[in-house]
Amino acid sequence: MADVNITVDGKKVTAPAGTLLIEACKSVGIEVPSFCYYPNLSLQGACRMCLVKVEKMPKLQTACTTVISEGMIAITDSDEVRQARKGMVELLLGNHPLDCPVCDAGGECELQDMTFSYGAAESKYMEPKNHKEEQQWSPVVYFDRPRCILCYRCVRVCGEGMDVWALGVQNRGVGSIIAPNKEDHLECEECGMCIDICPVGALTSGAYRYKTRPWEMNHVGTTCAHCADGCKTTLGVRRSETGMEIVRGDNRDKSGINGDFLCIKGRYAFDFANREDRFVQPLIRKDGQLAPSTWEEAFELIGKRFKEAREQHGGQAIGVVGSNRTTNEENYLLQKFARVVLQTNNIDHHRTADFPAFAAALRGKPESTASMRDVFNAPAILLIGNDPTEQHPLMAWQIRNNVRLHRAKLYVVNSRDIKLRRQATGFLRIPKGAEGRFAAFLNGDDSVAENLRPVAGTGADAGESRATTQTTPAGFRDQLRSEQNLIIIFGAEIRGGDIASVVKFGSGIAGAKFLYLADYANSRGAADMGLYPDLLPGYHPIADSGKFHQEWGGVPQTPGLTLPEMVDSARSGKLKALYVVGTNPVGRFDIDPFVFSQSFVVVQDMFLTETASLADVVLPAANAYEKSGTFTNTCGDLQLVKKAAEVSGSKSDFEMIVRIADAMGADVHKLVPFGRGTAADMGQSRGAQSGEADRHSVWLEAHGLEPKMSPFDPMAILDEIQRLVPGYEVSRMNLLAGNDQRTSLVGRASGAAQNPELIAPANDHLFSSGTLGRYSRTLNSVMENHDQQPAEF
Amino acid sequence: MADLVSHPDEVRVVSRRFGMGATNLDRYLELDGYKAVQKALGMGTDGIVNEVKNSGLRGRGGAGFSTGMKWSFVPKQASKPKYVLCNGDESEPGTCKDRLIFEHDPHAVIEGVVIAGLAVGSHTGYIYVRGEYRYLLDIMQKAIADAYVRGFLGKNIFGSGYDFDVYWHGGAGAYEVGEESALMESLEGKRGIPRIRPPFPAVVGLWGGPTVINNAETLASVPHIILGGAEWYASLGPPKNGGTRLFCLSGHLKRPGVYELPMGYNLRKMIFEVGGGIPDGRALKAVVPGGSSTPVLKSDEIDIAMDFDSVAKSGSMLGSGGVVVLDETTCMVKFALRTMKFYQHESCGWCIPCREGTDWLKKTLIRFHAGGGVNKDIDNMYYLSENMLGRTFCPLGDAAAMPTMAFIKKFRKEFEDHLDGKPCPFEKAGVVESVLA
Ligand SMILES: Cc1cc2nc3c(=O)[nH]c(=O)nc-3n(C[C@H](O)[C@H](O)[C@H](O)COP(=O)(O)O)c2cc1C
Ligand code: SF4
Ligand code: SF4
Ligand code: SF4
Ligand code: FES
Repeated sequence: MADVNITVDGKKVTAPAGTLLIEACKSVGIEVPSFCYYPNLSLQGACRMCLVKVEKMPKLQTACTTVISEGMIAITDSDEVRQARKGMVELLLGNHPLDCPVCDAGGECELQDMTFSYGAAESKYMEPKNHKEEQQWSPVVYFDRPRCILCYRCVRVCGEGMDVWALGVQNRGVGSIIAPNKEDHLECEECGMCIDICPVGALTSGAYRYKTRPWEMNHVGTTCAHCADGCKTTLGVRRSETGMEIVRGDNRDKSGINGDFLCIKGRYAFDFANREDRFVQPLIRKDGQLAPSTWEEAFELIGKRFKEAREQHGGQAIGVVGSNRTTNEENYLLQKFARVVLQTNNIDHHRTADFPAFAAALRGKPESTASMRDVFNAPAILLIGNDPTEQHPLMAWQIRNNVRLHRAKLYVVNSRDIKLRRQATGFLRIPKGAEGRFAAFLNGDDSVAENLRPVAGTGADAGESRATTQTTPAGFRDQLRSEQNLIIIFGAEIRGGDIASVVKFGSGIAGAKFLYLADYANSRGAADMGLYPDLLPGYHPIADSGKFHQEWGGVPQTPGLTLPEMVDSARSGKLKALYVVGTNPVGRFDIDPFVFSQSFVVVQDMFLTETASLADVVLPAANAYEKSGTFTNTCGDLQLVKKAAEVSGSKSDFEMIVRIADAMGADVHKLVPFGRGTAADMGQSRGAQSGEADRHSVWLEAHGLEPKMSPFDPMAILDEIQRLVPGYEVSRMNLLAGNDQRTSLVGRASGAAQNPELIAPANDHLFSSGTLGRYSRTLNSVMENHDQQPAEF
Repeated sequence: MADLVSHPDEVRVVSRRFGMGATNLDRYLELDGYKAVQKALGMGTDGIVNEVKNSGLRGRGGAGFSTGMKWSFVPKQASKPKYVLCNGDESEPGTCKDRLIFEHDPHAVIEGVVIAGLAVGSHTGYIYVRGEYRYLLDIMQKAIADAYVRGFLGKNIFGSGYDFDVYWHGGAGAYEVGEESALMESLEGKRGIPRIRPPFPAVVGLWGGPTVINNAETLASVPHIILGGAEWYASLGPPKNGGTRLFCLSGHLKRPGVYELPMGYNLRKMIFEVGGGIPDGRALKAVVPGGSSTPVLKSDEIDIAMDFDSVAKSGSMLGSGGVVVLDETTCMVKFALRTMKFYQHESCGWCIPCREGTDWLKKTLIRFHAGGGVNKDIDNMYYLSENMLGRTFCPLGDAAAMPTMAFIKKFRKEFEDHLDGKPCPFEKAGVVESVLA
């Protein structure tokens, strides 16, 4: 768009035509105060804080609604303007309770800041203030009308941003009040966006209210531990009796891939970390009962038993199950430990998507996966399967707001009337289980078209879709073919060979990119790091292990057992030891617990899950908010995980793996390439876990000194990952600075066995999060409030 | 039904058919009804717009904007349907003229709407009637139905090939909804809060289509202009203030009522001759010249011509034609309070200065009038009004601030007489007691 020149307070400003005056001012560092204005939400002109003088206009103008025009001269700082702002704040404070000393927002309140700036300290009124009692709207949302300044941000973010429309305004005049959708309470997605966006303390969070003063917290920017979208979150932590406690999750600086967004899980479901029934010391089974032990005792026992199993029965008698929620560094280390120390390829994890097949399909197209940011900017999106609103809240937000703000075209193919159809230009409802057939159809297999007929009876509901015409599958396909830069997003309904079909279709569209939806915070990382019996990191088939063979000094040459095969092996008494790190296969796959009665089972976890309860040794694990490393979200965005909290008595999985290797007498140095040539300092774990050691290392390295002194430093493994795993050659400095970095999925010759039947989608909904979610008090209380049915497939 | 009044100085244009049974369509036709629209059908859009422009007709809703000019802003080509919206939400205290038009001459409004439609190329009109005028809706509804039966509305009106539909809509009781953009929101079924402008309704209005919004009296004047000609109409009033106006005389008068007088008629004469002066030989104290939102005039400020420009020059506004006369027994503080109670009650609450400002002014005035005032209240109320004036989202905030400032400025002494716990000098018993009781 053409540029427009204006003058603000004597400064020349050039901005694209259509820019709002308030934004033009911001671009040259002139801040115009505002309450109701919020970027990317509809304009209100309601708070009148942003009044400025515009030459040739008799009255002051609202900078938030004024579009700049050539030659415009604006003054944002004059006696008249300052008096207008002061007058506005005075009027607001008139009915404001001024209970700042006990208000959650105290110290982070825009009304406080505005009062501070414009000095409306004198009380002009003598009459009593209007009062209303505080209301609880849901387990997480409270509303205090007297504090509300009616900026309508909450109403808009809920409606326009979330497409939930649960908040509105009732009554008029001074009786105006924000109201929830169900008379006295809310039934909504409980994302807490309204609370986050509230400039004052009118909306407060059930999880956080009256817990602390904002300045008593430290803030740590990290990555959400729940779904595979990888929202950046800022955790507010405070010292507690047992270490550091997380008291708040939000997204203060909005710098991540998620911008403003967090869903209920990112915002509130960190509370599992503070549960009383968490393990805080190792447990060893004695006389059939799990009993507390010391760390030394536990590691010694595990080292001894693992070593025995390996020496007496060989690596194939040991199984390892990794996690979708441990860091890349831990996953890489775990499979390396399995292959190099335990000498087994029996390693697997809960697969929620078919990444090996995806990687194979993308052979020769390394840059064709879409990032989370791309989803917000693409001109067109095709979504096959999945229900992002429930399973990928950030993805849904990106899609929805791309449509709203950039008029992207969305095409939805689903067996259900998923909510995102309301944003769709084209919606094709296909029979349950027909996603694969649709993929074939995309590629010209018209024989299946009949089976893709929209399901009857979608009637009124489907009418809510923006889709203008009820297209035939063929018409739908034609429309797709006419798009450019299309992002094709698909769920785990598409697996194995069907993925190749989707990719083949997309390859015929200029600029097309692909995005595959897995379920957990590091599902993609678990796959990329090689938690497979037949694939090494970066989807290298075992047969193609040359590079790793050399580096690691040997990799077992036959593919190992998959998880179901390990179970079979245990049943027949062949699996002598099982090492389960941060996952609950027994609960998840409904495995008969007696299967493992002859195996020595070690479980690293926080809680007494179905799996932990049959273990011989339980090691209390730190969760993702308590350690550092990296996660790769389902799009392949690599992000930092930073240590925010700490519960004494737990250790990171990373440290525990290293200590077990050490207890087995392995050369720890070979496992973790730390401190080139220095002896292992097994004492220095704390600084390493918090990432401080690494930050220090940047300085050390810059001065030619030796960094990474500790074998517990995940960054030492990240070095190796970056060296050996194709697609992870990202800028370390950018990563450490807190930016998301693009990895690429480098396709391999698919020597790997394709096991689409091993994919088990988690089917989580907005308020569930696998085993971990069961331990969140907030999620449980919200679920009690809703009759939310789990997503069905 | 209200009794009709009359005075020899009246020039009856809009009120020509009042009391003549013109709600009956046949009777209306006998009285030159629907001739104007048939004439307009042959005038072409520019012809109609120019005629109305030249007539000097200015909006009777309050702002006094040139009607012909407003119509000319509507784009000729538009991707969305265009609309004509008749504003019959008449709620400004002191104003009760549209009510008489709906009651006595509903077809004139319909005819005005259709002509406006022809002028801008619209095929749909809405007549929005104030919620409290429930009984008038029945009349309006019947008039529309009758016109459809004769083929004056609907497809191919008067066999011209032009289609035009008219719908009625009843309000739900909100003064703010008389403001044009809030009116559109209300008509669309939303909360009655105003819209951000620009875009103006002439470009983006109802359901996003270009929309002409006019007061009922404005539209009812149009058929007479079409038939009588612009020149004749303009000549009835002073330059740039064409025609006549329905003045609503109320308050302390011997003969209150709605009178149609030429624009520019002298205010003093209006009060003392047309309205019959003040009863019981009491003296005049003040006049609110154009509805409760217009600044009050003192008794020595009323020798003015009642047209838009002259009243503006005297520091007030001609507004909606509601002339409220106050005699010497009126407590100006109480009057200010009564006015503020209205605006506080009617503020839509969208913007801070009006929502909070009207509430504090009301609260303060209640206490003040009851004798609980302190000296600094007077300046505070003025300061508060100043902070509202020109800074609210829509003019309702101004409508509350302007008269308050005028009351304080022109009658400060009366405010001071209420200080120090003294009872209101105009009430026999101490008002403090009566308020606290
Ligand atoms: C608070 C407020 C209330 C209003 N109420 C009315 C009303 O009841 N009737 C009316 O015709 N105009 C009313 N107006 C004026 C309208 O906004 C608009 O200017 C008018 O309908 C235009 O018609 P006109 O040009 O024929 O006067 C009101 C304006 C404001 C700010
Ligand atoms: S609750 Fe908060 S966000 Fe919502 S209108 Fe009130 S002040 Fe604004
Ligand atoms: S969308 Fe996913 S990553 Fe983002 S906050 Fe929710 S659960 Fe966490
Ligand atoms: S001035 Fe503001 S609060 Fe008052 S009626 Fe207009 S928009 Fe509503
Ligand atoms: S920020 Fe402009 S009116 Fe609120």
